[in-house]
Amino acid sequence: MSKMSSIQTAPGMDILCPLHVVLNATGHIVHVGPTLAKILAGRPAVGLRFLELFELKRPRIGQTMEALLGVSGTKLHLQLRGAPRTEMKGVLVPVPAESGLYQQGGALVNLSFGISIVDAVRDFALTSADFAATDLTVEMLYLVEAKSAAMDASRKLNQRLQGAKIAAEEQAFTDTLTGLKNRRAMDYVLTRLIDSETDFALLNLDLDYFKTVNDTRGHAAGDFVLQQVARIMVDETRGDDTIIRTGGDEFVLIFAGITNEKAISEIASRLIKNLEQPIIFEDEACKISGSIGAAFSCDYGKPTQAQMMEDADKALYQAKNAGRGRHVLHRPD
Amino acid sequence: MHGMINRAIERFVRDTYGREVWQGVTQDLGLEYTEFEPMLVYEATVTGRVLEALCRALDKERDDLLEDIGTYLVSHPNVEAIRRLLRFGGVNFHDFLQSLDDLPERARLAVPDLHLPAMELREHRTSFFSLSVNSGALKMEGFGRVVMGLLRAMADDYGALVLMEHKGSRERTEILEIHLADAAFADGRDFQLSARVNV
Repeated sequence: MSKMSSIQTAPGMDILCPLHVVLNATGHIVHVGPTLAKILAGRPAVGLRFLELFELKRPRIGQTMEALLGVSGTKLHLQLRGAPRTEMKGVLVPVPAESGLYQQGGALVNLSFGISIVDAVRDFALTSADFAATDLTVEMLYLVEAKSAAMDASRKLNQRLQGAKIAAEEQAFTDTLTGLKNRRAMDYVLTRLIDSETDFALLNLDLDYFKTVNDTRGHAAGDFVLQQVARIMVDETRGDDTIIRTGGDEFVLIFAGITNEKAISEIASRLIKNLEQPIIFEDEACKISGSIGAAFSCDYGKPTQAQMMEDADKALYQAKNAGRGRHVLHRPD
Repeated sequence: MHGMINRAIERFVRDTYGREVWQGVTQDLGLEYTEFEPMLVYEATVTGRVLEALCRALDKERDDLLEDIGTYLVSHPNVEAIRRLLRFGGVNFHDFLQSLDDLPERARLAVPDLHLPAMELREHRTSFFSLSVNSGALKMEGFGRVVMGLLRAMADDYGALVLMEHKGSRERTEILEIHLADAAFADGRDFQLSARVNV
């Protein structure tokens, strides 16, 4: 053995480049830096060919030392053979011609983790001491963690704001006495249905004899009756139907996807029947009823909110004129 | 004042003394909210008012309260993220002290509108330091006390034995004297670069 083999790398190289590799003229490894040795965790490296330890993913070249020397100075995309198959970046330079330390025709390769650093630090339990003092890795890890924490705080703020926004919108679309939707919500729902060309049935419902309740039993009784009416309408409809209180004792019901005259007739009859059940307020019954006029979007070439409301209103007045407590469907002539 | 700082005070009170104490303080002050939002900025005076109300509620001197907040920031598990970010500053306490000058800049890298007091470390002779803490950018007195509590807790974290003294303040600059008596006095707490280490 010559003296050369005991000194495998230049003094200080392990401190400057703890991830460097020294190759001899045949492409075999004669030395690995301390951090690379830590990653290999006892796996023998010295004596292996460099390309036995690493797979060169890019550039695609032959497996010879000549081919490796041919891509000196360019960025090498490498992957450690064997688990955890860590991806690394590298750059190779031929050893200086006059170097007495390194074998003529050999090469130095310096490595770094690139973007796989976050996983590598975890997989290999690396510490600050494993990186050169000038290496920015630790600063980068700090930034990754600090930015994640800041992003987390931002995301929580966004969620809270989103929640507040939904609550505010919900309020703005809700009739506070009955919990039903209000006129703004109706405009929104109808616009959406018409724009998306979804067919629907529109029912205008006026309470009958409600004014009498209000006048004889007072506003508290009136409010109570309205709340019971709202409950009846919710019970008699599906979750995705829209029930709107448009004014004092006036309501609109929107049934998306229903174009069937018979189905609407049944719903209207059932609603009226239930509205006519006496509502008990402070031990005394309040008796009301309801009249309904309906229109169907499928009856219009191009339905508009104004036209359908007008037609449903006409039908409603027909129902009232015919004696109240009944429903009339508007159908085209 | 940045919401991060107000939020830190709030967390300290809630984690140390309970929600009731904190809610009492926000009610006393007539604040319209009971929680500070860390990513928003609040008017400068509210922080001072919160601290005053806290001193009254807890019957504590302001300096002691501020030092306790500093200790809390490093040692309480609910704010472990802060301790970890600080530990990135150095591999030992001596190294960490040297990183304090960069601390405001490091904080700004993560949260660009977060201003921390400017700090400058001087080493007078081996193991004897002075740290000047300038709170000018924050329009608030007493940050040196927070830094003192924080350094005490960080010394414990690194396992260093440190003696410290607050030497008073002039024009919003406070001077802390730091004597690093033994850098490896105890084992200290474990720190891994990776937040999620495979065991």
